[in-house]
Amino acid sequence: MAITLDTTIEEVIENFEFLGDWEEKFTYLIELGKKLPALSDKDMIEQYRVQGCQASVWLRVIPKKNDIYEIYADSDAFIVKGLIVVLLLIYNYKTAKQILDTDSSKIFEQLGLDKHLSPTRRNGLHSMVSRIKALANDSITKVS
Amino acid sequence: MTQGLDPTEKIKDWKSIRDDFPILNKEINGHQLVYLDNAASSQKPQVVIDAIRKHYEDNNANVHRGIHELSNRATETYEASRRRVAKYLNAARPEEVIFTRGTTESINLVAHSWGQSNICAGDTILLTEMEHHSNLVPWQIMAKRIGAKLEFISVTGDDGLLDLTDLDEKLDRAKILAFTHFSNTLGSINPVKELCQRARKAEVVSLVDAAQSAGHTTIDVQEIDCDFLAFSGHKICGPTGIGVLYGKKEQLEEMPPYQGGGEMISKVEYLESTFNVIPHKFEAGTPNIAGAAGLHTAIDYIDRIGLSAIFKHDQHLANQTVKRLQEIDGIRIFGPDNQRSAVVSFVLQDAHALDLATMADQKGIAIRAGHHCNQPLLTKLGVPSTARASFNFYNTESEVDRFIEVIQQVQKMFV
Repeated sequence: MAITLDTTIEEVIENFEFLGDWEEKFTYLIELGKKLPALSDKDMIEQYRVQGCQASVWLRVIPKKNDIYEIYADSDAFIVKGLIVVLLLIYNYKTAKQILDTDSSKIFEQLGLDKHLSPTRRNGLHSMVSRIKALANDSITKVS
Repeated sequence: MTQGLDPTEKIKDWKSIRDDFPILNKEINGHQLVYLDNAASSQKPQVVIDAIRKHYEDNNANVHRGIHELSNRATETYEASRRRVAKYLNAARPEEVIFTRGTTESINLVAHSWGQSNICAGDTILLTEMEHHSNLVPWQIMAKRIGAKLEFISVTGDDGLLDLTDLDEKLDRAKILAFTHFSNTLGSINPVKELCQRARKAEVVSLVDAAQSAGHTTIDVQEIDCDFLAFSGHKICGPTGIGVLYGKKEQLEEMPPYQGGGEMISKVEYLESTFNVIPHKFEAGTPNIAGAAGLHTAIDYIDRIGLSAIFKHDQHLANQTVKRLQEIDGIRIFGPDNQRSAVVSFVLQDAHALDLATMADQKGIAIRAGHHCNQPLLTKLGVPSTARASFNFYNTESEVDRFIEVIQQVQKMFV
């Protein structure tokens, strides 16, 4: 089943602007994470595991018709689940070109969450973005 | 104050010690730093920072090769540090101390050099299930190359004790026993003397990973009677990039060099070379001289506080933490009930360790979340990661209070 999230990235950005301190932001992020449907057991396998030594992250990207990508992801950590929701709102059901043209780090910076996307954090998020972009890049290289 | 390094003066006031560490007064994310990631790396007192600077300002040159004054000073700095380490470990002679980059390189040196000339196909290397990856992966690589086997002393469970019931049978099959003194994940204190003595009785060589113990308890290599012992400078208030391999003279002399280059040779021809004596045989290239200077000062500093006082202080803070954490519903705490070192690992029912560490960081508290380079052990215990608080002598009871307060707050956010 495809992941549907009853919100948009614009809404999330707007909501974040109204939130005061980091505790409110994290509480919101945890709530967002709770909306993420759990990945099925068959997808939580080594093949779909993303490198990140502090939490486990799984990512499955399925190319669909019209060069659209369907993304499934999950984590065992709540904050990471919330961050995954933000990433899905940015990249899910987008074309390879849209994926490559979108700089998620700018959006994370806008949300004040940029340090959680940094490769030094090793929570799997950075590797997740790299993998999504690499798949999009492969598809574009193959076509041209 | 502790800056003057008067060897007769003992430090009694734990709070004043904090003034020696510039970083401990810093704010992180708008809060006073509470640094509880000492098992990963310790902070540095001003005297260590000054010693490194002084080396570069006053004494810097290469070692063992110049006739000029600065080279002599650098050589003396470096060799004085070696003598100091030897004294710290009660090694029989300074040349039994090899400087390396850290514990990892020390163990790789033994696995590579000693392993190459002593391990044959089919031989067994005995480790424990609680080894840090740095005392596991080098042996895996070596075993694969030679066709040797790895065997493990079991960990009994969450209490983090070693099951020694079949140790003698395992030792009968083994060529070397390599084990950690203090577990970096569980906080267990392994019976180092007993293990080394039983290994010796079975004519098995012993290697002690003292990365977590070297700055937290007294180590006497002659009393323990180990063949090798490794530790890192940065975990005992010294700089990064300098570490130690202690080895018994008779072992080191028989071992082939680890790396080739300058410094480690006595005569070089185009087709072959003869090698320098120990310790220089194992120290190819220009060593970390400033690091050695910093390590020397760090050891002086720690010795002045006193290792038995440090051990008691660490243990007290760890025990306090365990006691307070036990009040939290659904918490799972790892490690022994008695005789715990400065490490407390745990998992909460509702929040992932990473969630906890991320939130704690927002409040200026530095703890670790993850597998702590102990993946197979955590897999055995059935947890993907734990949260870990680890203490040093500059931590205080009020920091424990602050840590517990934050854990309680964070937990409420997830319930």
